[in-house]
Amino acid sequence: MNKSRRSFLKVAGLSVFALTGGLAARAAMPGAAGAGIAPGGYAKGEKALRAGRWAMVIDTRKFAGPEDYEPLAEACRAAHNVPRIPDAQNVKWFWADSYEHCFPDDMNAYPDDKTRARAYPLLCNHCANPPCVRVCPTQATYKTEDGIVAMDYHRCIGCRFCMAGCPYGARSFNFKDPRKFLPSPPPNPDFPTRMIGVVEKCTFCAERLAAGKMPACVEASDGRVLFGDLEDAGSNVRRALAADFSIRRKPSLGTQPGVYYLI
Amino acid sequence: MLEKLLSASRAYYVWLGFLLCLIAGCGLAYWQQLRTGLSITGMSRDVSWGLYISQFTYFVGVAASAVMLVLPAYFHHYKKFKRMIILGEFMAVAAVVMCALFIVVDLGQPQRMLNVMLHPSPNSVMFYDMLVLIGYLALNIVIGWVTLEAERLGVEPPKWIKPLIYLSILWAFSIHTVTAFLYAGIPGRHYWLTAIMAARFLSSAFCSGPAILLLLVFLVRRLTGFEPGKDAVRTLATIIVYAMCVNVFFYALELFTAFYSQIPGHAEPIVFLFAGHDGHLAWVSYWMWAAAVMAFISLALLIPPSSRDNPALLPFALVLLVAATWIDKGLGLLVGGFTPNMYETVTPYMPTAREIIVALGVYAIGALVLSLLWKIALDVKREVGNFSG
Repeated sequence: MNKSRRSFLKVAGLSVFALTGGLAARAAMPGAAGAGIAPGGYAKGEKALRAGRWAMVIDTRKFAGPEDYEPLAEACRAAHNVPRIPDAQNVKWFWADSYEHCFPDDMNAYPDDKTRARAYPLLCNHCANPPCVRVCPTQATYKTEDGIVAMDYHRCIGCRFCMAGCPYGARSFNFKDPRKFLPSPPPNPDFPTRMIGVVEKCTFCAERLAAGKMPACVEASDGRVLFGDLEDAGSNVRRALAADFSIRRKPSLGTQPGVYYLI
Repeated sequence: MLEKLLSASRAYYVWLGFLLCLIAGCGLAYWQQLRTGLSITGMSRDVSWGLYISQFTYFVGVAASAVMLVLPAYFHHYKKFKRMIILGEFMAVAAVVMCALFIVVDLGQPQRMLNVMLHPSPNSVMFYDMLVLIGYLALNIVIGWVTLEAERLGVEPPKWIKPLIYLSILWAFSIHTVTAFLYAGIPGRHYWLTAIMAARFLSSAFCSGPAILLLLVFLVRRLTGFEPGKDAVRTLATIIVYAMCVNVFFYALELFTAFYSQIPGHAEPIVFLFAGHDGHLAWVSYWMWAAAVMAFISLALLIPPSSRDNPALLPFALVLLVAATWIDKGLGLLVGGFTPNMYETVTPYMPTAREIIVALGVYAIGALVLSLLWKIALDVKREVGNFSG
């Protein structure tokens, strides 16, 4: 009995020593090894494009059917290794749908035939007040300082609260292993493929902006999709919004979408 | 008191063995889900929550319902509930365990679930839901165990347990309120975006939870001879009928707001639930109509005292009531929230067989926890002569 108590005390004492020693070493760390970059911080590269708030203006008058958007969707899929999964458990970042589905508020019951017949692109709105960020229990989805709603695929626990929270249906969950639906090697080896069980969506090509490039869909649009700084009154998007009538999806919900449609 | 589990009838051990086999069998379906992802479920991009989350929601209500025994007993000194109270508290423990498991089986990356604690996000209702559920579980385990121990020793429970009991009463309301806030704070899901959601959840919980408790107690009475007390049963049945009336009334309030305002978004999910779309009834519509019919039959049987106190009719009425509330909260709530989807179209959802098997496994674990805890509680009551008569 005594012996076992003594050995218990020994082990307990050693553990306490090891634990406190470890804590002390950690406390001393920030001065030494952590001096480079603040935890969680990063610096923008020299070539990186900068903005107060990134936004997109889509001139829908220059597109007709869904086939007109296909090159943009394909550019997106290729840039981000987005798989094509042929059922309701699919993954979509950028896709086209009808006027009624895109703008269900039915703002004009009698739009001209062309407007009603056209297809409209759907993607994440990168809201200024994003419900998905509000509801995420792990901060796996978050807002960057330039207004992009980004995703950390390695922190996401796959609870899908963000999918319930998003009023635009912009988010996809990897019900299936996405890698099984991608060629090997994947279209863009520089961008990570995702694993099963995490949520993903359009990122406004944050990784391309960081390298000084415009988003893939903007690049593929031949100037029909504008991308720029909403906070700069002289930017291309602000001039386009001032010159033409535009609408956003479900503006009454107060999410402040960053994707504008010229009608 | 754990030694009570070592001396039981053969039938009890056969029952435990059956539950363990069931859990293992259903565990195989979950194993497959772990390997191939949630693709084995009927959920989709547009209906991204399904049976698992709805069962979670329903059992948070069952857990909260223990308060319908605790509150009269401790706030109003209604002594006749004292004999049954431990069963309510232990049922709450089993229900919270089931809630936690339903969340785990719903996660796409369950091995990362501690991220909720490692990266606490006070802006997320899920964060608070985790806090209140863990707290409620701890409260009920401590309170249940300590008061049972005191009963066994024939002494008054220690004084320090009283504040915990009062806390648990408030806490019970909080768990279902926070669970309602998971839904009621989401923009764009009209069926959920309603201020009365938490009140509806509580009223539905306070009828269905005690109804499940009473049905289980009746079963235990038949199996073991445990006598909950005639007056206690009568009072609990009265509480159930009041809560069910309020529950049905609250649903009627939803119908009024949706259909008198005629705002399409508010009406569409309800129209879908009861009438389907494009002239085709959805499978869930049959269930919803069945729920409505069962709700009214149960009320018709429960409101008149003569039939409510009838020992043959009461269990039947309670089964109808449980079925009606389960369909409302355990099926309709989720389907209505996601249909029509964000593009005003309909993506059908129906749980797959494997999804139901995984859920059944969680039910079996809940039954196992309940069987173990109730066995201890009932044996202690038998030992101290607080069992029958």
